Amino acid sequence: MADSATTHPATKDPAKGPALLSAHSLARHGAWIALALLILFNLAFTPNFATWQTLNVNLTQVCAIVIVAVGMTLVIATGGIDLSVGSLMAIAGSLAPLIFMGKILPLPYALGIALAFVVPVLVAGAFGWFNGWLITRLRIQPIIATLVLFIAGRGIAQVMTNGNLQPFKTPEFQFIGLGRVFGIPFQAVLMIVIVLAAAWMLRRTVFGRQILAVGGNERAARLAGIPVVSVKRKVYLISGLLSGIAGLIVIARNSAADANLVGLGMELDAIAAVAVGGTLLTGGRATVIGTLLGALIIQLVRYTLLANGVPDAAALVAKAAIIVLAVWLQRPSQG
Amino acid sequence: MTFLLSMRGIDKRFAGIPALSSASLEVGHGEVHALIGQNGAGKSTMIKILTGYYKRDAGEILFDGKPVDFSAPQDAQKAGISTIYQEINLVPYRSVTENICLGRERRRFGLLDWPAMHREAEALLARFNIKLDVRRPLMAYPTAVQQMVAIARAIGFEARLVIMDEPTSSLDEKEVEVLFNVIRQLKAAGVSVIFVSHKLDELYAVCDRITIMRDGRTVRMAGMSELSKLDLVTTMLGRELNQALHAGGKSHMEAGARDALLTVDRLAVGRKVRDVSFDVRPGEIVGLAGLLGSGRTESARVVFGADRAESGTVSLDKSNGSVTKPADAIGAGMGFLSEDRKLEGIIPEMSVRENLTLAIMPQLARRGIVDEARSREIVDRFIQRLGIRCSGPEQRIRELSGGNQQKVLLARWLCMNPRLLILDEPTRGIDVGAKAEILNLVRELAGQGLGVLMISSELEEIVEAASRIFVLRDGQTVAELKGEDVSEQAVMAAMAHGHDKPREQAHG
Repeated sequence: MADSATTHPATKDPAKGPALLSAHSLARHGAWIALALLILFNLAFTPNFATWQTLNVNLTQVCAIVIVAVGMTLVIATGGIDLSVGSLMAIAGSLAPLIFMGKILPLPYALGIALAFVVPVLVAGAFGWFNGWLITRLRIQPIIATLVLFIAGRGIAQVMTNGNLQPFKTPEFQFIGLGRVFGIPFQAVLMIVIVLAAAWMLRRTVFGRQILAVGGNERAARLAGIPVVSVKRKVYLISGLLSGIAGLIVIARNSAADANLVGLGMELDAIAAVAVGGTLLTGGRATVIGTLLGALIIQLVRYTLLANGVPDAAALVAKAAIIVLAVWLQRPSQG
Repeated sequence: MTFLLSMRGIDKRFAGIPALSSASLEVGHGEVHALIGQNGAGKSTMIKILTGYYKRDAGEILFDGKPVDFSAPQDAQKAGISTIYQEINLVPYRSVTENICLGRERRRFGLLDWPAMHREAEALLARFNIKLDVRRPLMAYPTAVQQMVAIARAIGFEARLVIMDEPTSSLDEKEVEVLFNVIRQLKAAGVSVIFVSHKLDELYAVCDRITIMRDGRTVRMAGMSELSKLDLVTTMLGRELNQALHAGGKSHMEAGARDALLTVDRLAVGRKVRDVSFDVRPGEIVGLAGLLGSGRTESARVVFGADRAESGTVSLDKSNGSVTKPADAIGAGMGFLSEDRKLEGIIPEMSVRENLTLAIMPQLARRGIVDEARSREIVDRFIQRLGIRCSGPEQRIRELSGGNQQKVLLARWLCMNPRLLILDEPTRGIDVGAKAEILNLVRELAGQGLGVLMISSELEEIVEAASRIFVLRDGQTVAELKGEDVSEQAVMAAMAHGHDKPREQAHG
């Protein structure tokens, strides 16, 4: 079907033109429209919606998901998938308190805090690179290769902490999850910076173009001289680094690190945000801004339902329905 | 003479374009029948219509004297027509026995009778002189053995007609001999075989009669012994033997004095390339001719670093530069237009601009950031120069026609100012107008010093464009034609007879 539309544009039924066009524009701008409708609905029906507090609540709920989903968007853009993100969050989240509480080796307070930001993120990045290595060197399918760390990663986190909950009260560290800049949560600022940087990278840089080329047609990309292996390793590395950052945010927010719970189910939330945002799950077309919108839509639907007295269990069903709707809407534009 | 199979007046159109027009095929009882033709001649369509994979638009099929109309390959199989495809379509994870007996398992008291099935599988394989543990999974065995299992499976269905689509492409010489013995056994048992292959020697070794197809028509049916190899090749390619020699009025400059840009010496890769040598000089269009499967594309891919050679040397500018991946080749000033536009050429989701600048992206960037202004300027220039018809540089390439896609891909390489351009079937699947435009452009660029290596199945095209032609046959360079010797007739003679000329001549 795809090729008939490509090679014989003249034979395309002219009557289908406008219909395809509207479906296409709906798929393209659907995320913006859905978000706008949700906000309008809430302004009309949800009490106290237009408040600073509502915005903050929703933003803090969504930050970690968006940061992970940005990495996921890049991975999916190459035609891959990363199931290990939640486990990598747990590894980073378990490692950080061990460092700033001096359990690994006693460190000066300030150095401990600094290293607690840097080392866990780098460790998560290293595990991400390992995912890429499994995929490119051993040629294991991404879904299986990242399943390895999905399973083993949480185990590693539990071993590091002996399965114990690590409560802490370290304001300097927790700034990443609780701090504010001009009244805006720092994590939201971090999220926006990451989203904008990734969106710019995907559009404007050689690396971004290479990611989309690899996902769009790997064999053609290789014949055009694109270093397919290194591009793939880099996206999994980035996904790992971003998972590490998200892990730190989550434990800082909770004032505790629980290896069993940090990042649990995150891989699916991130994939859902990517899908709703309009990124092609088979690779080759991706939008980071779309992913941000996707995460916001999913969060806002849940908030709307909860704020209007619908139980959380029903909200999960609604979330699933949105995902189906979004993926279905994108379908015609692929033809 | 009564035929086991008789297909007459078969018509088939795909999206209004005729794939078969009044084609016919007649196979006698206990006969090994060769079916040959170039890509797109209609062989596979014919076979797929016979086995019920496609529906015919017109024509009749008689099998054993009765009209048949299979609606699915399983129906054809039940009637006694088994097909062995080039790609093995078995279940690699299941045992050999299961693969052989799939779809007709033996039962006893409602349960599978494994001992009986294992015995049956072993007995069938014994006919091929193959002894193996039928309980092990199929994938534990080499490709050749898997091919034999596929054939055993087909025969196990008590087939009366076995269709073999290039069955020897993954077999070595000894295995081919075993296969031929099996074919002779089948023949002795009254089973007919349709044998599709591009290797002429094999056809003459095992086939009784031959049907040649071209452009969706059956152009010749004959006894194998009545047809000379040269006759066969000329009929298949649609060229007359007594056609006038190609006019020598080529405008190319005589490049003879210059040093070679590319020298390929005694290249070997897998089974398809065994001993290939050729060279290209600057400002010259060199043709690489040969039948399908003669190793043309495989050789070119090694030159470009897309595949690894097992032995032999590829040197650019006399230096033994190491091209181990396409990026190296591009760095050395080489471009490669793949024969499969869709699989290896276009990135469908990307725009014309992104596709066109894909190979020069690193050069277009400063500190990793793409210089969009320069990119636009280059793209505009090539859209104009090549007459690429699109709504604009931002249109998605998959919305373009085949010919315009091909021009974008050609521009992808031209915009890097290459020294050597490899064109693999540059005009396949595009309309006549675009064809002429592309060939003219290539000629013009060669005039400016570009070295071109052109692979084409269209003799007319390659003889017209190239000033020298290397002819490959079964993975070997068998002739080098130049100057006055370049003619369709000479190319066909070399394809048919191979070692007509002393081997050394190929080295110049």
